[in-house]
Amino acid sequence: MRGRVLLYLALIAGAVPTLVPFVWLVRSALMQDSQMFIAPPEWIPDPFQWSNFTQALTAQPFGRYFLNTVVIAVISVLGTVLTCSIAAFSFSRLRWRGRNVVFAVLLSGVMLPYAVTLIPTFVMWQELGALNTIAPLTVPSWFAGAGGGVLNVFLLRQFFLTIPFELDEAAYIDGASPWRVFWMVVMPLSKPALIVVTIFTFIGTWNDFLGPLLYLNDEEKYTLSIGLASFQSIYITQWGYLMAASAAVIAPIIALFFFLQRYFIEGVTLTGIKN
Amino acid sequence: MALNGQRRLERRWGWLMAVPAILGFVIFTAGPMVASLVLSLTDWQIGGTPAFVGAGNYTELADDELFWKSLSATTYYTLGAVPVALIVAFAVAMLLNQKVRGLPVWRTIFYLPTLVPAIANVVLWIWIFNPDFGLLNSLLRQGGLPAGMWIYDENMAVPSLIVMSTWGFGNTMVIFLAGLQGVPQHLYEAVSVDGGGPWHRFRHVTVPMMTPTIFYNLVVGVIGTFQVFNQAYVMTEGGPNNATLFYVYYLFRKAFRESEMGYASALAWVLFMIIVLVTFLLFRNARRWVYYEMAGAR
Repeated sequence: MRGRVLLYLALIAGAVPTLVPFVWLVRSALMQDSQMFIAPPEWIPDPFQWSNFTQALTAQPFGRYFLNTVVIAVISVLGTVLTCSIAAFSFSRLRWRGRNVVFAVLLSGVMLPYAVTLIPTFVMWQELGALNTIAPLTVPSWFAGAGGGVLNVFLLRQFFLTIPFELDEAAYIDGASPWRVFWMVVMPLSKPALIVVTIFTFIGTWNDFLGPLLYLNDEEKYTLSIGLASFQSIYITQWGYLMAASAAVIAPIIALFFFLQRYFIEGVTLTGIKN
Repeated sequence: MALNGQRRLERRWGWLMAVPAILGFVIFTAGPMVASLVLSLTDWQIGGTPAFVGAGNYTELADDELFWKSLSATTYYTLGAVPVALIVAFAVAMLLNQKVRGLPVWRTIFYLPTLVPAIANVVLWIWIFNPDFGLLNSLLRQGGLPAGMWIYDENMAVPSLIVMSTWGFGNTMVIFLAGLQGVPQHLYEAVSVDGGGPWHRFRHVTVPMMTPTIFYNLVVGVIGTFQVFNQAYVMTEGGPNNATLFYVYYLFRKAFRESEMGYASALAWVLFMIIVLVTFLLFRNARRWVYYEMAGAR
């Protein structure tokens, strides 16, 4: 009994410092400046300054940034899910010579620090005249995620391997093509893995900072990440606005998490246990 | 005949369906990798013509004070952030593995910080570290303790960023928790039968069975932490007095602020070599302490 009490005390002791920054964020987002600078600090806004949100979100076109981010994220997710599945199908359920060697070579790319490919890739997009477009941020995902995206191919391949091969054989006997087997047999059975890849690609794109920072120059093309960074550099002491804007950027991801919690945890576990 | 036809079909479709992935590797990984190695042997600014300088950039690196500074700042950060995150994540995972009531709620609480987008995280922590009205100093003053300058103090900057990064220990914790749940119960029972207490169970079952998971988190943590960028870019701009001049940030500055593409490519390759070396050493050292139940079982 005493052990249980200690256990929950320890959990609370861990949870408090984990949650306090969030509380601090929300209370600052809803406070008037005058109340924010009182010492010792007050925790309950009085009055609730909801206008911080409207002010901050209209001071810069955050709606626009939001749409830009969604467009990039959707294109990237579609490309990643589709091309990574296709590749994973080939590497798990079709037999061809050299398959495992090719797969091992692709997978080795995960080890490479992004800094190594950064400069030549930037120069390449510049030569193609694609700077200040979303192409550098979306096109790679249509090549099986390219770079770190290979991990998705790995994850999907592991999942595909657990689906009984008899299903494929039955379909082939009925005269199905490999594409048909992929699309009608394997894909419908792989929803959990596809959802995991979708979530992680979406979050990765949503949170990406360096990519948009390098490739997008016009303010109207900004994503939420660089939009928030530029907002921060302008309103450097307007803490109410800054916290309101940050809260608005964080909220969609947290909402997404609450709806898809199970898949998040499964996904983290899946990627971590593979070793 | 049918079997042969089937084989041919698989071979043809197999290659065809692997094409996007292979192209992606060539265009976005292998190609740029070779290109950056070649670039690192040149002196080149965007718009100009590259001039071949051989190993010039690399010898220049050896005399570049900022390069050494960035290397030591990054190493310092990694040596602090990775062990602290591992210990905190492991401890919380151990707690959550004790048949806790409301596990999903607790897990969500500890996972939440991981979800905060990098830039929102940075903006939030700038405010937390604010010397005048930030959360940390407000609490310290309230408790009658001396306030600090945090990221604005040369000696405190890296430790402050370590504290900040520890907040996001959720991923590591979830992986630990999954590992803990995979430890066979009968091993614990065996220790209990032999009269062992909680400490023995921890020391002789939990720790050895968890070494592969610890090792995985260690390697992923070191590789990721060594490439830290956002905090230096948005929070500190490498300061104060270059205390947080992290490696990738220095590389970014060389490439995209000073347009020294050749030199920055050399920096990138040195980073690559360091990461390969560190990973190699970790793996070699792993044989001594990582326990694999039946070789190749995992």
